[in-house]
Amino acid sequence: MVVDQLDKQRTDLLFKALGDATRRDILGRVGEAELSVSALARLYPVSFAAIQKHVALLERAGLVSKERRGREQIVSAETDALRRAHQALDQLESLWRGRVERIDEILAQPTTKEMNAPCP
Amino acid sequence: MPVTDAQKDLDAFTMTITAELDAPVERVWQLWADPRQLERWWGPPSHPATFTEHDLTPGGRAAYYMTAPDGERHRGWWRIKEVDPMSRLLIEDGFGEEGEQNDEMPGPGQMIVTFEESDGRTTMAIESHHTSREELEQMIEMGAEQGMVEALGQVDAILAE
Repeated sequence: MVVDQLDKQRTDLLFKALGDATRRDILGRVGEAELSVSALARLYPVSFAAIQKHVALLERAGLVSKERRGREQIVSAETDALRRAHQALDQLESLWRGRVERIDEILAQPTTKEMNAPCP
Repeated sequence: MPVTDAQKDLDAFTMTITAELDAPVERVWQLWADPRQLERWWGPPSHPATFTEHDLTPGGRAAYYMTAPDGERHRGWWRIKEVDPMSRLLIEDGFGEEGEQNDEMPGPGQMIVTFEESDGRTTMAIESHHTSREELEQMIEMGAEQGMVEALGQVDAILAE
């Protein structure tokens, strides 16, 4: 069933996000208090870009959220309720994106009147 | 890409999507007003929609079913609250039979659709409201069953980069 597939993909994302020691550590730290990406980058012997990538993965899995405050990007842990609300709204968006794409395709087709027009 | 904007309000359980379509508003309106045209986009190709009732007037209703690849029919309904042709629609929508009391069915949601034409192009915005997170989640699960919600494959693609 499609629901199972969605759940499976959601689970895959979670496992992927949690299958790395640095990411688990980041999650643990932001679970205690929110931290900026640059503050996180100072805590690990990796590049700023690498930390950004780790945070992006955690964000995709719905485990953390990122918010821009001035020049800083603040990372905080998502509560379970928030995470689920986020996922539900993401899927609602995906549903409507599919519909809009189909509408766009229909509009790109010639109308019946044009189709019935005689060949030149 | 016709979608120009998508906003989500976590506290209000609301999602707004805006699309710019390359057609005049009369044409775009037809996609909602004509059930045969509506059927061409409401459900995904895997779960085509069939509207058995469609009365796009205030107080009117619509009923449809979506046919799954295994032949199973999933029903849904609309209760039309406000209609301003080629400008605005306010529709209450739900799954199952209208008025059906069933704990497994999510409560109705509400969608507000607005249309605005400029230079022969139409901006269509859909605002989808729900009253609680649980309801929204149930709605999504029903939608997933009907094949309406696309797989999260895009996310995997991004992660694979």
